[in-house]
Amino acid sequence: MRLRAIDWRGAVLPVGVLATAEIAARLTDYQSSSLPRPSEIVAAAATALLDGSMLHATAQTLLSALGGLAIGASLGLIFGTLMGLFVIFNRLMEVTVESLRPIPSVALIPIALLIFGLGYAMEITLIAKTSFWPVLLLTIAAVRGVKPRLLEVARLLRMGLIARVFKIVIPAALPGIFVGFRIAVGAALVVAVTVEIAANPLGLGYAMMRAQESLRPDLVFAYLFWVGLVGWLINAALLWFQRRIFGTVAFRARP
Amino acid sequence: MSEAAAPAEPALIAFRGIEVAFGGKPILTGIDLDMHKGEFLCVVGPSGCGKTTLLRLAAGLLPPSAGRVLYEGHDIVGPQRDVAVVFQDYSDALLPWRTASGNVSLVYETLGTPRDERADRIASVLARVGLAEHADKYPSQLSGGMQQRLQIARCLAQEPKVWLMDEPFGALDAITRQSLQDEILRIVADTGTTVFFVTHDLEEAIYLGHRVIAMKPHPGRIAATYPVDLPHPRDQRTTPEQPEFMHLRRVLLEFIRGTQT
Ligand SMILES: Nc1ncnc2c1ncn2[C@@H]1O[C@H](COP(=O)(O)OP(=O)(O)OP(=O)(O)O)[C@@H](O)[C@H]1O
Ligand SMILES: [Mg+2]
Repeated sequence: MRLRAIDWRGAVLPVGVLATAEIAARLTDYQSSSLPRPSEIVAAAATALLDGSMLHATAQTLLSALGGLAIGASLGLIFGTLMGLFVIFNRLMEVTVESLRPIPSVALIPIALLIFGLGYAMEITLIAKTSFWPVLLLTIAAVRGVKPRLLEVARLLRMGLIARVFKIVIPAALPGIFVGFRIAVGAALVVAVTVEIAANPLGLGYAMMRAQESLRPDLVFAYLFWVGLVGWLINAALLWFQRRIFGTVAFRARP
Repeated sequence: MSEAAAPAEPALIAFRGIEVAFGGKPILTGIDLDMHKGEFLCVVGPSGCGKTTLLRLAAGLLPPSAGRVLYEGHDIVGPQRDVAVVFQDYSDALLPWRTASGNVSLVYETLGTPRDERADRIASVLARVGLAEHADKYPSQLSGGMQQRLQIARCLAQEPKVWLMDEPFGALDAITRQSLQDEILRIVADTGTTVFFVTHDLEEAIYLGHRVIAMKPHPGRIAATYPVDLPHPRDQRTTPEQPEFMHLRRVLLEFIRGTQT
């Protein structure tokens, strides 16, 4: 099996744009206090990476994202499975779910601050809230999409609810659930950085704010590109994992 | 000579005045049928006449709209572990994320067979359907015939008293089909199980059955019952050459033609 999660041709455009910008800046002898040259950004990034501050901020952001994901995705999986399996449960939850879903996570920052104050707890809570939805919705759909024949196999063997969920429903729904999880991961990173920029003195978002306050546009851009790179790497890793697991014979249905 | 159990014995599965309707549309009507222990009952009839529906009633997967389905004299309220179902769509009935042994293991896990006994039992069941060398393959790596054997292996693991088989060999090539037919006859001879076998292949019905039930559509009902007076064990070469076989084939063919006009 060939592993081609990363196609380097995708790097042509961004590298090309940056190189052009650099050349243009040098040719025109461009100087600005708000828009640094690519080479200045690279230098700032290198310094921040080497002194450990960038990695420290990354660890804080990823820790929050991971904690929030763990909570949000687990709850999404549990509720999604129940709502997918039991019509009654779905009826009970539907209104609540549909009315809470449109509330943006950012709008909950003030409440989260009131309850938790600054720190990991409020950030993790907001990330959990964000990553709950995609996992919930895709789990419901995936569970409803489990082939009725497989559920009948479980019924014929008189499997208990727990066995039925863990041995039939979740494995059968796993490819769909994982898509929800991937969306949740992306959203978790976005919300983590947003919360850090808006309020929380932690992580990459806060580092970006500090760089801006100390009038270091090169560092702001360095963090910006770094956030993009981290997000892209995580998504590539998840895609690779997805292909690795669900592309195998174990999950390939026969035509 | 039919090998069906003596009529004095109470029926193992009995359909009594069955009516089934989906959305007000009658699908099955007036079904009265007794299946005796050790009987191999084949059901034929045109597409859509309700053969699968009848099988699902016997499996406890579907309640009748009216009438009763009895198993050993008691109303069937749901599936039972000593009744095994072989579905027509074998690829949908296997767990694609489990290997052949994993699929069989599901039964032992569910029945609570002690862990240390499972491996041996799985191996012996797979060997009985000729899948010993494919134990570690996933369903997607098995041919259609092998997947159907795997479904049969899983049912064997259940050690059922009753097999309900829905056109199990319909999609297979002639050679595989014949070998599976003989396998199921051997299993039945070995274990004395009762079989409800749906097929649209008339020769298959005669070859396998003690009795052939012919159904008519709109709404589905039992039109005729034909005992099969052919000696056991049956043989792929000689059985179809017997006068009784050819006679029954002609009768059934005429019946099926009659339902299509
Ligand atoms: N769940 C259902 N809802 C509505 N109608 C159904 C349902 N299941 C079956 N039917 C209808 O009942 C009739 C009998 O279906 P059934 O599957 O039992 O036929 P069959 O004899 O097995 O046909 P085939 O030989 O094509 O498999 C068909 O007309 C079908 O459309
Ligand atoms: Mg059918």
